[in-house]
Amino acid sequence: MGKVTGFLEFERLHEAADQPRERLKHWREFVHPLTSEAAGIQGARCMDCGTPFCMSGCPVNNIIPDWNDLVFRQNWQQALDTLHSTNNFPEFTGRVCPAPCEAACTLNINSAPVGIKSIEHAIIDKGWESGWVVPQPPPKKTGKRVAVIGSGPAGLACAQQLARAGHGVVVFEKSDRVGGLLRYGIPDFKMEKHLIDRRMDQMRAEGVEFRVNQDIGDAVPAKKLVDEFDAVVMSGGAEQPRDLPVPGRDLEGVYYAMEFLPQQNKVVAGDQISAQLKATGKHVVVIGGGDTGSDCVGTSNRHGAASVTQFELLPQPPEQENKPMVWPYWPVKLRTSSSHEEGCQRDWSVATKRFEGKNGKVEKLIAVRLEWKDGQMKEVPGSEFTIKTDLVLLAMGFTGPRQALLDQLGVAKDNRGNVKADTDKYQTSIGKVFAAGDMRRGQSLIVWAIREGRQCARSVDEFLMGSTELPR
Amino acid sequence: MAHPNLPEPQGLYDGDHEHDACGVGFIANIKGKKSHDIVDQGLTILRNLTHRGAVGADPKASDGAGILIQIPDTFFREEMAKHGVKLPPPGQYGIGMVFLPREPASRLACEYEIERAIKDEGQTLIGWRDVPVDSEDLGESVKKVEPVIRQVFIGRSSAIRVTDALERKLYVIRKSAGHAIRALNLAHGTEFWVPSMSARTIVYKGMLLPSQVGTYYKDLQDPRVVSALALVHQRFSTNTFPTWDLAHPFRMIAHNGEINTVRGNVNWVRARQGAISSPVLGNDLNKLWPLIYPGQSDSASFDNALELLVMGGYSIAHAMMMMIPEAWEGHTLMDPSRRAFYEYHAAMMEPWDGPAAIAFSDGRQIGATLDRNGLRPARYIVTDDDLVIMGSECGCLPIPEEKIIKKWRLQPGKMFLVDLEKGRIIEDEELKESLASSKPYVEWMERIRVKLDDVESQKAQPERSSVPLLDRQQAFGYTQEDLKFLMLPMATNGEEPIGSMGNDSPPAVLSNKNKSLYQYFKQLFAQVTNPPIDPIREELVTSLVSFIGPKPNLLGIDEMNPPIRLEVGQPVLDFFEMEKIRNIDSYTDGKFKSCELDITYPVAWGKEAIEARLASLAAQAEDAVRTGYSILIISDRRVDREHVAIPALLALSTIHHHLTDKGLRTSAGLVVETGSAREVHHFALLGGYGAEAVHPYLALETVLQLAESGQFGTNVDGYKAIKNFVKAVGKGLRKVMSKMGISTYMSYTGAQIFEAIGLSRPLIQKYFTGTASNVGGIGLFEVAEEAIRTHLGAFSGDPVLAGALDAGGEYAWRVRGEDHMWTPDAIAKLQHAARANSAATYREYADIINDQSQRHMTFRGLFDFRFHRCTPVDIDEVEPAADIVKRFSTGAMSLGSISTEAHATLAVAMNRLGGKSNTGEGGEDRKRYAPIKAGETMASRLGADRVVIDIPLLAGDSLKSKIKQVASGRFGVTAEYLASAEQIQIKMAQGAKPGEGGQLPGRKVSEYIAEIRYSTPGVELISPPPHHDIYSIEDLAQLIHDLKNSNTRASISVKLVSEVGVGTVAAGVAKAKADHVTISGHDGGTGASPWSSIKHAGTPWELGLAETQQTLVLNRLRSRIAVQVDGQIKTGRDVIIGALLGADEFGFATAPLVAEGCIMMRKCHLNTCPVGVATQDPVLRKKFTGKPEHVINYFFFVAEEIRGLMAKLGIRKFNDLIGRSDLLDMRKGIEHWKARGLDFSRIFHQPQIGPEVSRFHTETQDHGLDKALDHRLIELAMPALERGEKVTIEMPIRNINRTVGTMLSGEVARRYGHEGLPDDTIRVRFAGSAGQSLGAFLSRGITLELIGDTNDYCGKGLSGGRIAVQPSPKFRGDALYNIITGNAVLYGAIAGEAYFRGVAGERFAVRNSGAHTVVEGVGDHGCEYMTGGTVTVLGATGRNFAAGMSGGIAYVYDEDGTFASYCNTSMVKLEPLLTEAEQDAKVARDIWHMGESDETVLKRFIENHARLTGSNRAQQILADWPTTRRRFLKVFPNEYRRALGELAAKGKKIAA
Repeated sequence: MGKVTGFLEFERLHEAADQPRERLKHWREFVHPLTSEAAGIQGARCMDCGTPFCMSGCPVNNIIPDWNDLVFRQNWQQALDTLHSTNNFPEFTGRVCPAPCEAACTLNINSAPVGIKSIEHAIIDKGWESGWVVPQPPPKKTGKRVAVIGSGPAGLACAQQLARAGHGVVVFEKSDRVGGLLRYGIPDFKMEKHLIDRRMDQMRAEGVEFRVNQDIGDAVPAKKLVDEFDAVVMSGGAEQPRDLPVPGRDLEGVYYAMEFLPQQNKVVAGDQISAQLKATGKHVVVIGGGDTGSDCVGTSNRHGAASVTQFELLPQPPEQENKPMVWPYWPVKLRTSSSHEEGCQRDWSVATKRFEGKNGKVEKLIAVRLEWKDGQMKEVPGSEFTIKTDLVLLAMGFTGPRQALLDQLGVAKDNRGNVKADTDKYQTSIGKVFAAGDMRRGQSLIVWAIREGRQCARSVDEFLMGSTELPR
Repeated sequence: MAHPNLPEPQGLYDGDHEHDACGVGFIANIKGKKSHDIVDQGLTILRNLTHRGAVGADPKASDGAGILIQIPDTFFREEMAKHGVKLPPPGQYGIGMVFLPREPASRLACEYEIERAIKDEGQTLIGWRDVPVDSEDLGESVKKVEPVIRQVFIGRSSAIRVTDALERKLYVIRKSAGHAIRALNLAHGTEFWVPSMSARTIVYKGMLLPSQVGTYYKDLQDPRVVSALALVHQRFSTNTFPTWDLAHPFRMIAHNGEINTVRGNVNWVRARQGAISSPVLGNDLNKLWPLIYPGQSDSASFDNALELLVMGGYSIAHAMMMMIPEAWEGHTLMDPSRRAFYEYHAAMMEPWDGPAAIAFSDGRQIGATLDRNGLRPARYIVTDDDLVIMGSECGCLPIPEEKIIKKWRLQPGKMFLVDLEKGRIIEDEELKESLASSKPYVEWMERIRVKLDDVESQKAQPERSSVPLLDRQQAFGYTQEDLKFLMLPMATNGEEPIGSMGNDSPPAVLSNKNKSLYQYFKQLFAQVTNPPIDPIREELVTSLVSFIGPKPNLLGIDEMNPPIRLEVGQPVLDFFEMEKIRNIDSYTDGKFKSCELDITYPVAWGKEAIEARLASLAAQAEDAVRTGYSILIISDRRVDREHVAIPALLALSTIHHHLTDKGLRTSAGLVVETGSAREVHHFALLGGYGAEAVHPYLALETVLQLAESGQFGTNVDGYKAIKNFVKAVGKGLRKVMSKMGISTYMSYTGAQIFEAIGLSRPLIQKYFTGTASNVGGIGLFEVAEEAIRTHLGAFSGDPVLAGALDAGGEYAWRVRGEDHMWTPDAIAKLQHAARANSAATYREYADIINDQSQRHMTFRGLFDFRFHRCTPVDIDEVEPAADIVKRFSTGAMSLGSISTEAHATLAVAMNRLGGKSNTGEGGEDRKRYAPIKAGETMASRLGADRVVIDIPLLAGDSLKSKIKQVASGRFGVTAEYLASAEQIQIKMAQGAKPGEGGQLPGRKVSEYIAEIRYSTPGVELISPPPHHDIYSIEDLAQLIHDLKNSNTRASISVKLVSEVGVGTVAAGVAKAKADHVTISGHDGGTGASPWSSIKHAGTPWELGLAETQQTLVLNRLRSRIAVQVDGQIKTGRDVIIGALLGADEFGFATAPLVAEGCIMMRKCHLNTCPVGVATQDPVLRKKFTGKPEHVINYFFFVAEEIRGLMAKLGIRKFNDLIGRSDLLDMRKGIEHWKARGLDFSRIFHQPQIGPEVSRFHTETQDHGLDKALDHRLIELAMPALERGEKVTIEMPIRNINRTVGTMLSGEVARRYGHEGLPDDTIRVRFAGSAGQSLGAFLSRGITLELIGDTNDYCGKGLSGGRIAVQPSPKFRGDALYNIITGNAVLYGAIAGEAYFRGVAGERFAVRNSGAHTVVEGVGDHGCEYMTGGTVTVLGATGRNFAAGMSGGIAYVYDEDGTFASYCNTSMVKLEPLLTEAEQDAKVARDIWHMGESDETVLKRFIENHARLTGSNRAQQILADWPTTRRRFLKVFPNEYRRALGELAAKGKKIAA
């Protein structure tokens, strides 16, 4: 274990970041991973719990105490092996995971949790830097072929696992680049995209074939895959954004976040976008207080918005959760993201009543304050107010997968419109078709997507081979 | 076969587990003068030892008693003459005392067989005599099984010329008649028994009360019945079944104690069969087998073996020395020829090890010997008219003091022999000297002993497998945890690894992981009927010496050229040692020859192949031995991708049993070379099933690899790491052995001290014969399948195992590891439920625990309720929750293991809800006793500096723990502590570490903890493995009696741990008058324990509880005693199952701890608990957030869950649940591949016994307190008790007056607390021999002065009172050379003074923490574990003085300058005694004992001694002080010195 009394001696250390003033000038990542020494000290804080809640708090069940200890002892290569044994893509989660592990960390009961995510970040960065991350092609091929639809984290994790088990894997992506939300949902300043490219190189060497611009269920009939492949994995995400059906929704200047964010990522990637949707000089209102909303805030500020305001329907959560009743679970509490630090007005318990504008262009937003009681909301009479805006970004979450593919394949759905499959087998109502990630569970975290991708791969392997050695 | 009069084995009850212990004594006329007086006096001794026995449900049904005397020739001659029979001259005929069946035809059949045997042996039948008896006074249950008792008279043939030869013939007649009768297989044949058949002695015994022996047998009243010796015995058995033959004496012995190694001993006797020949018995030898019938008691087996040796030509003393040798192995002071004698015989017979005082006689000599550890008392006196009287107690036969010339005791390993023919006493020294020099043992040993260490070898590098290490590790199921938790600490520190909290993982048979065969076995351990021993502080009696290879002929008394033997100092062989064994032929010029048996086989053959492979191995082994190989190497080193290893334990046991069955086992040694053995438990199993040595090549390679990768740091290289690892295994082995009270590896080898959990009966019967396995489980092919699964995993492409070992998850929870009941979610849900008082969240928690349809965790998880048989009732009709919770108590967690806040919170909660909390073994702050008044908080009551996080309290709350624990350390066990209890719990064992002691390191002994434990802050505290006042069941009865006297209102509870046979122990506990018994599961928690104990000792409580219930009901004892169960009880479902299996009450520990904040960190032993529960660090304690309400909420949830289930079961009253195991069933359709073979029918068994026998607790015990002398004392002391006036009382005292002064002390403590009364307020002067426990827990203000002597445990727990004992002025002996008080005197004394003018027995002032005492000599182990106070010894000490002594001071008068060799200096230093002036000049005052100079302190105590006891010795010393002073040595514990220095430094810092 780390150091027996480390948690009493050392403080939690945050990763250093560039000042907002500086980082707003570019699109690059601005967080600096811990030095080896600092990571070691952070590892020393780990108590190597007899019952490590972090491990069950982590959706991929990272063996956190073990690699904390290995980092403490500066045994980075073994730490990397241990980390990779449960997580295909720590460079993604080490950057953009909200870290439920840290919420579950035992130290979080009454102190600051171990900086687990920063250690993960340090391990994988060092791993790439040192050339330790190399392809692991299977010793032999099985001759089986699997199609993976969607190249987000679930699809990628699934594909990598299946390829390592010796199957021929083809990943189909409807966009022009691989990565799904990783590629086009998360801004570069949170996660640079060469990380995905690097992983793709590794996966190609392991035998994964990527095919982009393949909109299965639209341009490409889904049936074709079912016929051609021994198994099909649906990992297309939950892309259907939640709309805001209020008067004025159709005004120009009111967009989904997912109409706004991908364009910027493409520009950063070197694409030319005609008439890019930009916030420059605009009064931006972001509706929705989640991570996507945050990304809209950060992107708007980098564009040079005149002002950025973010509304949330729910009441302002407490600064500090009621730990005795919440730990080790994920707490609802006030979270201030790096994008918020860069400048933003936040307001809670606000419902948008309507948009108003001229010439088909939005000019203001009329909202009302809410009172919440026992989970029920009520408008506060006379609390209507107006805010001037010329760009409204809707970041209110996603309602589920695009239905076309599901309908075409004819898989059963659950009552939320997701693909119906359990987390034991990940098998849909159609035997050889499997589903994983947001397409199955609804919108969620990257780390959940990786978990489902891995577990689904195991199930597919077992389906194809009769038994499997892939870990769950 | 169980004993005939015991019930058939049924359910979990098996008569094989019965234990007994007792009182023993003898009287003899040294000159051999026969008289009827001797017989009478023998019977008097018997009557005076009555309290050492027990009675069962029927007060007239004792456990048996008897007497052995010389044949009174005149009496029989005249009696037989009446029938017209003329007896031959004395010595030319023999008498058989025979118990015969009452059924006439069977009786005749038995008599016929005897007569036939007489004829076959060429002797003559003289006649039969009906033994006249008076059975009127017998109890009903006894009468029912009373045998017909007849004597058969046998005359000698002309070929027989001497009595010895006749004795041998009688022996052969008895054995062959017995075999023949057994072969008849008659239903009534089992009543046949021959108590004696001899030309010299006769035994009268039966299922009689001590007082009945003389009245039942009319012969004994006849004045013509004369003898020069009488050996008597009173038995205390754990059962209540009438068994006439189990009474002692046997034909040659009477035994007080227990032979722990009996199974191994019996096996070894059998194993020798083929290798024994006797020049004396000749062909008659063949008629004797089987020598020992299965199912016989340990004493009977011992008697059989002793008889064989004596009949084979050894003298009885010689034979006793072979069977119970002294601890010669590490005895540096022993004479070389005596050592050689023992060493020579060590290879012929394994020690019969265990607590034993054995009195023996062949009719010409009578004597006694004591086990090597001195665990039983035996006192004797010699009178001026040639009488010798020996007994378990002094004073058992009152003799006028003026007639006594010597009072002494048997010392550990010593023998005492009276030769009636020579007419003198032969002392140990002379006796052994003459035997040791009778043959050239020293010279022989030098010639025949080959020490493996000394064998010259080529030091060739061992051959290594070409299979990669990782693959082989995986093939043997290594996990990352094996390396991290076990092997790393072992190889780094040479110590066993420590862990904490309980074991909440499934047993191997339920695990989804592939487990090794080792994990299906649980270590057995000693509790109550025999003590565990202390392998650390009493290491001198333990030994790991092992002989590899052929053993000499047991009866080779005429040996001129004994065979050589190969000896190893300990049984774990490293690479070079193994290489020597492999090539031993070339290194020893062919004296030894080894051959290898390869136990791998092609994996392609599959699991079915294992059976035939094992058969072939057995045959191969047999052939090898027959062709002259002397060492068989059972090896799996050829394991590779294609070859799977048969589990080494299975292969070994198969071969061992096969060779034993063939009588060849002692012709060759078995060495196991295996990759599987890596932790202590594995080595223990291999030893326990017959390996003389083990070479764990893979573990050693692993250690080397860890060393190469730098895991041990710079100080430990590969060589050192291996050494450390071997050392750690050795230490662990000693611990495992000593848990069972076994001292030597020799007698542990093959002793099979294990039980199996999850192995099928056929598998056990065929390959592990004699091992208990009560729930069935996997069979041979599944064992093979599991091994193959592990093997295939190792060599497969499994990516998880490609570069790393399996994660494990046994020791810490891992997602992909072994399952645990306490998952993160279970912990979180329970905490949220308790904090928010949310029943819904509790439901979620309970579902995680209860629903084991997916996760199989416990046996009870696989139980189903037979709801279909029940008519549900409305829940409102069910007993209210507020009543149910009164049955709950929290576990014994000491303040010290958990924080003040955590500890007191539990107490408040339990007191609020009407349950009970338990102090644990650390004493209790007296401030907690009074009820809380309005406005008080925890901090205001206990002190703001002692409570880091204050907890608000309510008026009427109480911080007091109702249950006061009494553990082996006796920390803080004062009269006041006991007086404040509602229940006093004697902790015999703890689920997490049964049979082990513990220690609290000095750094954890804070000022507060030191205060309540009456010790010095910073001084390490050791809890010994045994209670030093409980070495047997009658000792426990005595302690129960002591505690009941100290607080007559409290119930006395005994805590046991579930293991096979625990039910029998519980029955014994009930007979010992306990009011309450706790059966703990193996899985209970701990603050710190070796992992091997947490994981591998004890069994699930489902087994132990069910066995207890069945045995108690069968014995009709259940109503007398409340039964509590604990061990990972978490939910209402657990409670219901506990009740259905027989529990009245329920203990919870981990769950309420979790409710108040514990998160199962398993870091208790590191003091770093981050939630302030199991730590003393104030910084961490601040983080404690528990509230009494949380605990209360939890218990009410449990109670409501119980009510719900009761309603479904249709049971309104909780009492109606108890014992209703018919409502349980095994869950159907369990798919788990290993669990399929489980069979719980034995757990669910209900004894078929009438409805008048209660199934739950309904009655109270009769403690016999009305007979206590203290009632009179209290009455006379009333002026003192009520008004503090001084009183003086005088009265006589006898050995039957036990625990005198204790009830009076309880009265003082209840009124005046620990401060008591001013010294000497109540002064009592006694004369006589005081019974056991004189002045136990004596309160301040009471002075007991005794003229005479005392028995064991005098001044136990002394709590401020004063005791002074001096011999009678009429007694002529010199106090310095005569014993005045017994064993374990002043054990756990806290305060007060005691003066003994004379010598004390073994273990004087053990665990003394504050009393001051003067004595004129002590036995072995004086001042062991002492933590405070002052001991002054004015005479000689025994060995191992000051072992484990961490505090206080001893001053020893070292007259002859030898003391240093008797002192164990591992924790103390010896210093000269300085004058005050010298001390002032040389030693800082800070570290002066009691702040005074040694000279002042010592002189004061010697002066007190002189004044209070009139000691000559003291006066002489004082008279010549300047000279005598220089002869004193000061025994100064290192810990104490350090702590004094630190305290002083701290004081200065505060002052500055």
